[in-house]
Amino acid sequence: MSASGPFDTAIVGVGATPYYRRGGSAPQTITELAGKAIIAACEDAGLSVKDIDGFAYYSGAGAGYGQSMDTATFMETLGIPEVTFSAALTSGGGGSAGSIGLARAAILAGDATVVVTVMALQQVKQRLGTVFGAVAPSPENSFLQPSGLVGPGHLMSVLARRHMHDYGTRREAFAEIALSSRENALTRPKAIMRTPLTLDDYFNARMIADPLCLFDFCLETEGAVAVLTTSAERARDLRRTPVGVVAAAHGGVREWGRAFAWYGMPDEYFASSGHAPIARRLYDRAGITPDDIDVALIYDHFTPMVLMQLEDYGFCKKGEGGPFVESGAIRYKGGSIPVNPHGGQLSEAYVIGMTHIVEGVEQIRGTAVNQVPDAKLALVTGGPAALPVSGLILGRMA
Amino acid sequence: MSTLTTTLPPAGIQITTDSATEPFWQAAKENRLVAPRCADCGTFRLPPSPFCPTCQSQNVDWVTLSGRATVYSFSIVTGVPGQPELTLAAVVVDLPDAPGARLVSNVIDTDPDAVRIGTPLIVDFIEIADGWKLPVFRVAAEAAAPAGR
Ligand SMILES: [Zn+2]
Repeated sequence: MSASGPFDTAIVGVGATPYYRRGGSAPQTITELAGKAIIAACEDAGLSVKDIDGFAYYSGAGAGYGQSMDTATFMETLGIPEVTFSAALTSGGGGSAGSIGLARAAILAGDATVVVTVMALQQVKQRLGTVFGAVAPSPENSFLQPSGLVGPGHLMSVLARRHMHDYGTRREAFAEIALSSRENALTRPKAIMRTPLTLDDYFNARMIADPLCLFDFCLETEGAVAVLTTSAERARDLRRTPVGVVAAAHGGVREWGRAFAWYGMPDEYFASSGHAPIARRLYDRAGITPDDIDVALIYDHFTPMVLMQLEDYGFCKKGEGGPFVESGAIRYKGGSIPVNPHGGQLSEAYVIGMTHIVEGVEQIRGTAVNQVPDAKLALVTGGPAALPVSGLILGRMA
Repeated sequence: MSTLTTTLPPAGIQITTDSATEPFWQAAKENRLVAPRCADCGTFRLPPSPFCPTCQSQNVDWVTLSGRATVYSFSIVTGVPGQPELTLAAVVVDLPDAPGARLVSNVIDTDPDAVRIGTPLIVDFIEIADGWKLPVFRVAAEAAAPAGR
């Protein structure tokens, strides 16, 4: 397969609920939020929910932290008559982009024809920020939890510290990622954070897990997003400009493994995003290089992990992520590789990676709020997190 | 000088064990820091797990370590929900006599600014819930000073 197509599969519909601050989506339920997103995606595509015959989840079909989604429940309440594929990538948010690859696999195998990927998230029962501190002790996490690294951002602050030590990366670089994302969110009607963020604001913010402060952490929001994938052939007859699945990959190497909950990673992996193997496979499959990517939708739960992904995806050399972002390279206006023009999880909304897929689709359709002119290839990533992590390249249908 | 670093409230720290990890915690009760070393190929691993990742052997020698460690990386954690007064130096440490194995722990009773990558540490043990003890670390020079605070 190559970047110019023809592609075998395409994303044909995206749908979302409004995005809410923590607690704001009540009294809707997870099933209700997810159902609204699925219906919206079907309307976008010009399909009926009854056309859905496959579900390709990630995060083990979990909905945020401690809740879950269920195919049979969706079938019952939405009136989906028959499902011929229902599966999930394992682990957590690292699989978001890769779930489109799971949908593609189902379609190419002939197991399903219209596959939905959905994520819904509420954070009242358990919030993201302290998720690891709140789980019951297990033999494995007994080696982690007592340290007070209570959430994923706390865990990744340790990787960020090592990156600063190994490569001289400065907090100014993390700040630039937060500021750039915020600037992009200002023009987004759905964004949660729509007030400008200054460097002073950043450096005056509360430290949470030094070297990381409040603005290095993503938002704790609520909402649901659904994406519909089908065969390229069928996509041509639908309402919207189809967005080709150029390449998708998930997985990773043992040195990343349980990632930031293990910490045994050798030096070159410790201060990294774990995405280097995914990047290699994606570019190989697409027959492209990082220079060919027009817009990068980089999973941004924590600012340093954006920086490390930029290195692992080859937008700059390993260790040079700091100077690279500080140069303005990731800005929507004037950057060499615009990153998260939708404001990302740092400033628009956090739905565990799904908003990045939506933005990738809108950029390739040419309908994004902050449209990158003539965007032909979009990179979407999932994770860094415990394996699998994942990536996706979207492109225009030939 | 900033607040000295500490741990989460010890009485609230709970651990559980399984057959692979139990010897680590039993040794901690005796104020010994131990690590499993593969009895066939000599590879250390932490946390303890059922198989040697190098040779897949399940034979293990539990080696009592010197308790010396160095900071590989760290984070200064403040504002933990429900514990606003605490300053935690959460550390990932290298263990010089268990090469390749790392431990996640806290450095206690120090100015947080004194914690650096490469800082030498020495183990100590604190009592936690259910009669268990948790290995924690002190900055090595401080540990050499007379006991008592
Ligand atoms: Zn072995």
